[in-house]
Amino acid sequence: MSKLPQIYAENIHRWLPELLWFALTTLKIALVSFALAVLVGLAFALLRTSRIVLLRGLATAYIETARGLPIVVLLYIVYFVPPQLFPGINWQWFTDFTGAVLGLGLHGGAILAEVFRSGIEALHKGQREAAVSLGMTPAQSMTYIILPQATRIVLPPVANYAIGLLKDTSLCSLIGVNEIMNDAKSIAFADYQPMAVFVLVAVIYFVMSYPLSLIVRVLERRLAVSR
Amino acid sequence: MTFWQYLEAKGPYLLTTLLGGWPQTAIVAIGSLLFALIFGLAVALVRLSAWRPLRWPAIAYIEFFRGTPALVQLFVIYFGLPDIGLSPTPLQAAIVGLGMNGAAYLAEIYRAGIESIHRGQMEAALALGLTPGKAMQHIVLPQAVRTMLPPITSFAIVLLKDTSIVFSVGVVEIMALARNLVTETLHSAAVYLIAGLLYLCMTIPMSRLAARLERQRQAWQ
Amino acid sequence: MTPLLRVVDLHKSFGELTVLDGISLDVERGQKVSIIGPSGSGKTTLLRCVNYLEKPTSGHIYIDGTLIGEKEVGGRYVHLSDRELAKERADIGFVFQRFNLFPHLTALGNVTIAPQKVLGLTREAAEARGREMLQKVGLGHKIDQYPERLSGGQQQRVAIARALAMQPKLMLFDEATSALDPELIGEVLRVMRQLAEEGSTMVIVTHEIQFAGEVSDRVIFMDHGKIVEEGPPAQVLSNPQLPRTREFLKHIQDR
Repeated sequence: MSKLPQIYAENIHRWLPELLWFALTTLKIALVSFALAVLVGLAFALLRTSRIVLLRGLATAYIETARGLPIVVLLYIVYFVPPQLFPGINWQWFTDFTGAVLGLGLHGGAILAEVFRSGIEALHKGQREAAVSLGMTPAQSMTYIILPQATRIVLPPVANYAIGLLKDTSLCSLIGVNEIMNDAKSIAFADYQPMAVFVLVAVIYFVMSYPLSLIVRVLERRLAVSR
Repeated sequence: MTFWQYLEAKGPYLLTTLLGGWPQTAIVAIGSLLFALIFGLAVALVRLSAWRPLRWPAIAYIEFFRGTPALVQLFVIYFGLPDIGLSPTPLQAAIVGLGMNGAAYLAEIYRAGIESIHRGQMEAALALGLTPGKAMQHIVLPQAVRTMLPPITSFAIVLLKDTSIVFSVGVVEIMALARNLVTETLHSAAVYLIAGLLYLCMTIPMSRLAARLERQRQAWQ
Repeated sequence: MTPLLRVVDLHKSFGELTVLDGISLDVERGQKVSIIGPSGSGKTTLLRCVNYLEKPTSGHIYIDGTLIGEKEVGGRYVHLSDRELAKERADIGFVFQRFNLFPHLTALGNVTIAPQKVLGLTREAAEARGREMLQKVGLGHKIDQYPERLSGGQQQRVAIARALAMQPKLMLFDEATSALDPELIGEVLRVMRQLAEEGSTMVIVTHEIQFAGEVSDRVIFMDHGKIVEEGPPAQVLSNPQLPRTREFLKHIQDR
């Protein structure tokens, strides 16, 4: 343990640039997955409120399944199952990066669908009634009254999800994606310094996630006041 | 052979093989849950201690373990500790790793639970002549436990799902066996889908239970 | 003269529970009608049926001679959807017990959003009208405040201005002062009285018996979903004909 500062002094100029380079991949995965998760989440939140029972049931089944599976298992399923079930299609475009983003996005979509739905339902029924009694159509009341308020409500949970997503990108290493975890493993074993390297990786993750969690805390306080 | 034919033929074999991983999954889940429950309580109490300087290590612990991925923490423990002379087995590394990670989350659940009951009840207890210690023991903590049951159940479900990462440090649980099966049979689709089903059979009933507990808590409030 | 509002044999049940049991009434243009009665008598439900926030189980409602809320389809009547109802609701102003102001908009924003989005006014025109309405209710100096900064009485007055900005034919007040602290009730009643004097057509559900007496042309006493007694205030409030009315008024007076 006491040798750590010395180990870092000798090696950090080699390790850090390389790890940071792969940290960019991590960020890329996180950003694309986040975007996908938001879209999927919105879509399924709307389906959940649909009047057609079949659509509602499908949405609920999807959400419960994607939330009930561990992310790792979902990643393995998303990446390995389609090419085997449909061997006729050309799967060359389906890289591990794509599989990872798809898996994380589908998982996140299920989580965000519930966040969005409860955000809309949290609004007092009276808001909708006031809007329609002024002559607004349901679409207008949703656009000008419900959604602006719901957005404020869902912002903290969505930001919290983003932080979790950043950490969950580490699981992509388990299906072979070349992000920071896999790079760390190769450096650690090449240089025989697993403790030093993995602690460094932990610090890099912390530096990426901590500012976000501070922002979330500020957001939570600000948005709680203005209601 | 189509997928469905394969499933019919080899399904039972795959299922029984995968179920062989269930004991290790359970051991890791329960072991790390207990570790997290106890260690998390300790961290929470230090976090809430009256002596301010003592709080900072607890806060640092919570922030760090919540701000870094569990996988990294596992690797530090399993691959890193041998550097300083400790050689944990895969199982030990998994339980301690997930346990320490979980303790950080539970510490916050404990803190929120205690703080949600704290003020008015504590004041009433003190007004009746109870000491702060007795007030905490007989009035605040029993109520806090009821409040904390739903989030702790949710956390237990998360922990169960997290056991799926410990194959990376050598624990032979469900996912480890799944990967072996795929190497053996080359039929990744059937194997991973059955593994997924196994997890769903565990997590979905637990989620229903957690939801029921949450509804009960709302009713009490 | 066709009455501005005509309610014909309105029934409303929620499952097994009958809340409105055959209500019929007319309100002429410029009339002020107050509806009083114990909780559960159905008065709020009646009001909410008029602008179809609740859909009647049976019965019909006419505004200015036109049937609202329903359309005839193959000989039967079918309720309109919320989208189709929007146009009709624009002509009816509704003031809620709990104000229901939009918290993400300023007072001016609350008052101008419907004229813009529903009536199609330009922003300038809507704001001009909005300022006028807020001045009218005595809140010209608060136009840029958000609802959370306003007292209950001020919020309710903004809500009234918001409804007025749509220039409705009819104003409905659902216990507009019941959620207010006693000191704040007066300022809202003052605005309502002013509207009454200006000739608005108003249907007021209220517990403020004295106010009802001062402002109304007619008072209706409801109980258990039926109209028990109705007539001019001098009669219903000071000299009620029926024992139930008498009992209710005595109970209210004793508070």
